Amino acid sequence: MTGVEVVSIGKTYGEVRVLDRVSAAFGAGRLTSLLGPSGSGKTTLLRIIGGFVAPDEGEVRFGAEAVTHVPLWRRNVGMVFQSYALFPHMNVEENVVFGLNRRGVRGEAARKEVARVLEMVRLQGLERRKPKELSGGQQQRVALARAMVTKPRVLLLDEPLSALDRRLRQDMQVELRRIQRESGLTTIFVTHDQEEALTLSDTIAILDRGRIIQEGNPAEIYERPKSRFAASFLGDANLFTGRVEGDAIAIDGGHIRMAGKPPEGATVTVAIRPEKMRIARAGEDALPGENRLEATVKEIVYAGAVSTYLLERGGAQIKLIAQNRETQAATIGDTVTLLWSPTHTVLLQE
Amino acid sequence: MIVLGRSYLLAVLAFLYLPIGVMVAMAFNASALYTLPIDPSLHWFAVLAENGPLLAATRNSLLIACATSAAATLLGTLAALALERRQFRGRSLLRILLLPPIAIPWLITGTAMLVFFFWTGIGRGIHAMIIGHVALALPYVVLVVGTGLKSLRADLEEAAMSLGSTPIHAFFAVTLPLLLPSVIAAALFAFAISLDQFVVSYFLSTPGVSTLPVEIYSSIRKGFTPEINAISTIFLGVSTVLVLIFAQLSHLGGKVDRR
Repeated sequence: MTGVEVVSIGKTYGEVRVLDRVSAAFGAGRLTSLLGPSGSGKTTLLRIIGGFVAPDEGEVRFGAEAVTHVPLWRRNVGMVFQSYALFPHMNVEENVVFGLNRRGVRGEAARKEVARVLEMVRLQGLERRKPKELSGGQQQRVALARAMVTKPRVLLLDEPLSALDRRLRQDMQVELRRIQRESGLTTIFVTHDQEEALTLSDTIAILDRGRIIQEGNPAEIYERPKSRFAASFLGDANLFTGRVEGDAIAIDGGHIRMAGKPPEGATVTVAIRPEKMRIARAGEDALPGENRLEATVKEIVYAGAVSTYLLERGGAQIKLIAQNRETQAATIGDTVTLLWSPTHTVLLQE
Repeated sequence: MIVLGRSYLLAVLAFLYLPIGVMVAMAFNASALYTLPIDPSLHWFAVLAENGPLLAATRNSLLIACATSAAATLLGTLAALALERRQFRGRSLLRILLLPPIAIPWLITGTAMLVFFFWTGIGRGIHAMIIGHVALALPYVVLVVGTGLKSLRADLEEAAMSLGSTPIHAFFAVTLPLLLPSVIAAALFAFAISLDQFVVSYFLSTPGVSTLPVEIYSSIRKGFTPEINAISTIFLGVSTVLVLIFAQLSHLGGKVDRR
């Protein structure tokens, strides 16, 4: 099992700097998501790792071996394309055995391997079907089986679930996670879907305009975003900007306390996730040290398990998500008190 | 309205097929003077079998058409691959430059070829006609194969390569089998262009060596004999079959999703 490393990868298309000296390590046997909006360079990075595109500068390493100049067909990567790219003139078995045959594995040995991966993706019995006779989810599994059967050094997935409908997509996320764990393949997954990244990944790398701006496990990334972009691209965040005074920052008509000590006098931005705040009940007081802000309820969006409250404070909007445990905490037009712990105030480095 | 539309369509088809129909009917008429009623007979086909020059011209025509089809298909397919699958400077200019030869009158192309071939020492004869026909058929082949390639996603080739295929193996294992209908259609098209070609062949033929259209033309000038109807009927049949196969392969009668 080998990890994958990219060192200072740069790529320019015409005038556009698609990747700007990106360095990252993808742990052996782990599933890493490259998460970013379209145009962030995530697919280009994936294609450079796979050898589909040559970088202008930098190096790609599989384990200790530099593979930057190894052509695609000798790199031994498994790729699942967004369109699946199944060979339409071959049946399932022929599609899956293709890579084995190219590596000189034939006959009984090849049949065994095909059977092994088809069982792993649960497609036994469909060996003779042509791709167009399969559902979207089944095609997806064939693409996965075809990419995995050669035991590639890295498995690459380019938004593989984006063509599936929501329900199937959620099922496939769980399946994909199981298959990846069972196979133990080092996996890199490109997505623009934050929920998918949180659900699937061991590690998430957020890309913005050709750079990796933050890397970490899903909880780290969500709980401790480092920048405005990371905070608002992955999940929602309420942002406040103010000057540091002691252990708090002064905002218009109030103070926000946080854990840790920012530099005195600096102007900083903090983020608070919507579900970390709560609306004070009648008569409820802030716990010692808790933050409190007054705001007016403008809109309540009921979604069964939770409700989203859109509030206004001094012209700025605040979003709050509350579980619907009992009766609703407020009605539209109410002025309420918002409470949250200082540990949930995240200082952004930007 | 529907009746009107249908009658109009019938009129158009009659306009297209009536002269051809008369010719075919007369090929099977024993009378040499187009007299009615038709006296059914294969007489003119029998006479045709005795006509040495006409048969030799037919052989030449078939030989040239086969050679043209093979060469134009090979060269045109390679050109289409380069135009669709490679990135290089001036690609769109080259693509556009393929089109004018289709619009240039054959008379002009033929004159140009005659002068050029004379000047370069290529001369006239079967080899010159093959070269000329290939030049005429090439743009069509590039267009037909290029259209087929457009509907074939490039990521199929990438998938094959990621599975260990060299680019050449990926082409033969994936691209070519999927492209085959377009390639066959292009080959038939090139064959038909060569077979029907008169102007360029007329310029490039020598007194001893001519093609069927050229031979028919010269025998008409000498005096019309109904065996021309017979050979034309045979050719008509062959061309019709080719066109029908072409239409089937190139989805002329409606686009079929091939993915």
